[in-house]
Amino acid sequence: MALLEIRNVTRRFGALEAVKDVTLAIEAGEFFTLLGPSGCGKTTILRMIAGFDEPDAGDILLDGRPLTGIPPEQRPLHTVFQSYALFPHMTVAGNVAFPLETAGKPRDEIRRRVGEALALVYLTDKAESFPHELSGGQKQRVALARGLVNKPRLLLLDEPLGALDAKLRVEMQSELIQLQRDVGITFVFVTHAQQEALALSHRIAVMKDGRVEQCDEPDTLYTQPANRFVADFIGKINLIEVAVAAASKVLLTLDAPGLGQIAATDLRPLKAGERGAFALRPELVRVFGHKESADLKNRFEGRVRELLYLGDVTHYKIELANGFVIEALMPNAAPGRAKFHEVGDPVAVCWRHDAGVFLRA
Amino acid sequence: MRAPPPGRPKAGQAITLKRSEQPSPPSAGRGAGGRRTWWLWAASLAVYAFLYIPLAVVVLFSFNDSMLNAQWVGFTFRWYGKLLHNGEMLRAAANSVLIALLSSAISTVLGAMAGLAMHRYRFRWLPLLVLTPVAMPEILLGVSLLLFFRQVLDLTLGFVSILIAHITFSIGFVAVIVRARLAGMDESIFEAARDLGATPWATFRRITLPLILPALVAGFLMSFTLSIDDFVITFFVAGVGVSTLPLQIYSMIKVAVTPEVNAVSTLLMALTLTLIFFASRFAPDVLKGHG
Repeated sequence: MALLEIRNVTRRFGALEAVKDVTLAIEAGEFFTLLGPSGCGKTTILRMIAGFDEPDAGDILLDGRPLTGIPPEQRPLHTVFQSYALFPHMTVAGNVAFPLETAGKPRDEIRRRVGEALALVYLTDKAESFPHELSGGQKQRVALARGLVNKPRLLLLDEPLGALDAKLRVEMQSELIQLQRDVGITFVFVTHAQQEALALSHRIAVMKDGRVEQCDEPDTLYTQPANRFVADFIGKINLIEVAVAAASKVLLTLDAPGLGQIAATDLRPLKAGERGAFALRPELVRVFGHKESADLKNRFEGRVRELLYLGDVTHYKIELANGFVIEALMPNAAPGRAKFHEVGDPVAVCWRHDAGVFLRA
Repeated sequence: MRAPPPGRPKAGQAITLKRSEQPSPPSAGRGAGGRRTWWLWAASLAVYAFLYIPLAVVVLFSFNDSMLNAQWVGFTFRWYGKLLHNGEMLRAAANSVLIALLSSAISTVLGAMAGLAMHRYRFRWLPLLVLTPVAMPEILLGVSLLLFFRQVLDLTLGFVSILIAHITFSIGFVAVIVRARLAGMDESIFEAARDLGATPWATFRRITLPLILPALVAGFLMSFTLSIDDFVITFFVAGVGVSTLPLQIYSMIKVAVTPEVNAVSTLLMALTLTLIFFASRFAPDVLKGHG
C-alpha cells in the first residue's frame, strides 16, 4: 500500500477548476515532486494534503485512512513553506522546539531532539539567534529542521529553494538529497524549476492546468515524454511537425513536410497518416560539414543561423530546407570533433534512428 | 521565553539608525550645507515652540501664587493642595481614570477581535462597520448614542452609558492598529503553527498574540488617551450625577480659568507622559510608527 494516495481529487475555486481528477500514489521513503508552471494546481494539491484546503471531490488517504475532515494540526505531516514561515519572536531553538512542544513531549526530550535536528542542518551554533539574524540559506535549514524534528510521516516542501540565489540553490539541492536519505522521511516537493525536479526526485508528476500530464522517473520523463507539453517543459527539445508514413512493429517512418522522411522507432501500434510531432533533444543532434559523411539514418542539409559558444558545449541553431530551425548541442571536447561551424556555413544535421520520440497530436 | 517584540532591530542597530536620522552636524560642510542645517534647526525649534509653549504656560501658572493667569507672583503648591480638597474634582478624576481604564481594556479586546476578523475575512462591509464610528463627527455620535440609550434601551445616563460610549469610539482605533500590524506579517506563519501541531487556540496564544502585542499596547494607550480627554460625546451621555475630568474642567472655566484648572491639567499631562514613557519601554515599535 502506498503511503499517500490521492484518488480522483478535484478542487474548484468558483468557476476555476484548479485540480482536475488527479490520482497519484506516493510510496514510503520516496522523494516525490509535483512539477509544473505556476497556476497548474501543484500548490493546491500540497495544501489539500496539509489540510489547509479540502477537495471538492475525491479522497486523500494516508496509510490507507482518509484525511478528510482532519484539521492540519492532527495530520502527522509537516510543511516547509516557500517563505520559511519561521516564527519571528522565537529563537532558532524555539522554532525547532515548537512541533515537539505542541506534541507534548517532555522537556529533556525536546532539548535533546532540538539539538539533534540543529546538528543535522549544521546550525548548532545558531540555536539562540533570532530568524532576522540569519541568512536565507540558514532560515531554509531552520525550516527544514523544524519540519523534520518531530519525525512526520511526510514532509511537504513548497518551493523551498525558490527564494535562494542560484549558487545557494545548487548547494541546498545536494543537502536536501543527503538529508532525505539520512532521515528516511518521505518528501513531497513542489517546484516549477524542472532542473531542480530532475536533480532531486525519485519520481516526478508533471502538471498542467490542474491535470497530471505524466508521472514517471526523471530519466523516463526526459527521454520518453508522454506529450508535447512534457517534452517542451522539461529541458530543451526540437518539435518537428510530422505525419506517420509507415509503421512496422518497431520501425517508424515519419513524413516531415518540406524535409523528407525521418526514421524512428516506436513500439506503439501507430497507423499511417497519424499526425503529431517528432521530439528530439538537442544533444542527440550531431552537426557535420555538408560534405562529411556520417553513418546515420537521418541526415538533413541546413545552414548555421546562430551559434553560442558556452565553454563545455556549443549551441547551434540550424535552419533546415523547410525553414524549421533545429537546435543542436555539440560537446566541445568530444573525441573526433573536427571543427566549429561558423554562421552561414552549410552543414548537415544527423541523428540516430532511435534518438527521438513521436508524440501524437 | 525570551520574547522581544518581533521585527525589532537589536539595540545597537536602533541607535545607529537614530544617529543617521539626525541632521548632519555643522562641521559636515560650511556654506550652503551649513546654512541649510541652520534653517532646519530654526524651523524645528519654531514648531516645537508652537506645540509646547502653551503647555509650558499651563504648567508654569499651576505653580503661580496668584488667582490670575496674568503675572508671575511666586512659587506655590497651593493649587495642588486645593485640588486634593476639591471633592467634586477628585470624584470626576476617579471617574475619568476608571472609565478610561475599563473602556480601553474592553475596546482593546473587542478591537483586536475586529482587527483580526478584518484581516482574516475579506468581508467588504466589515471594515466599514468597524471604522464608521472613527470617522463619524463626534457630535453626531454623541446625539445618536444619547437617543439610543434613552429611547431604545431606556438606560439611566451615568457611568455605564459613558463607558459604553467610550468603548464605541475606541474599538475602531484599536482595530485599525491591529490590522495594520497584521498586514505587514507573513501569512504563512499562522498556517505553519497549525501545520506543526498547534490548535487554533494555541496558535493564537503562542503566535498571534505575541506578534500583535505591540499593537495591543498601542491600541490600549490610544483608547486611554481618547477616553480620558473626551468631552463632546461624554457631554451628551453623562446625564446629571456623574462627571468626568473634562466635563468638570469645562464647568469650572465657564467662570474663569483658575490656577486650579492649570494644576489639574498639569497632572493630566504628567499621567499621559508617564504612559507614553512606559509604552516606549514596553513596545518601542509603537512610537516608531511600526505599530
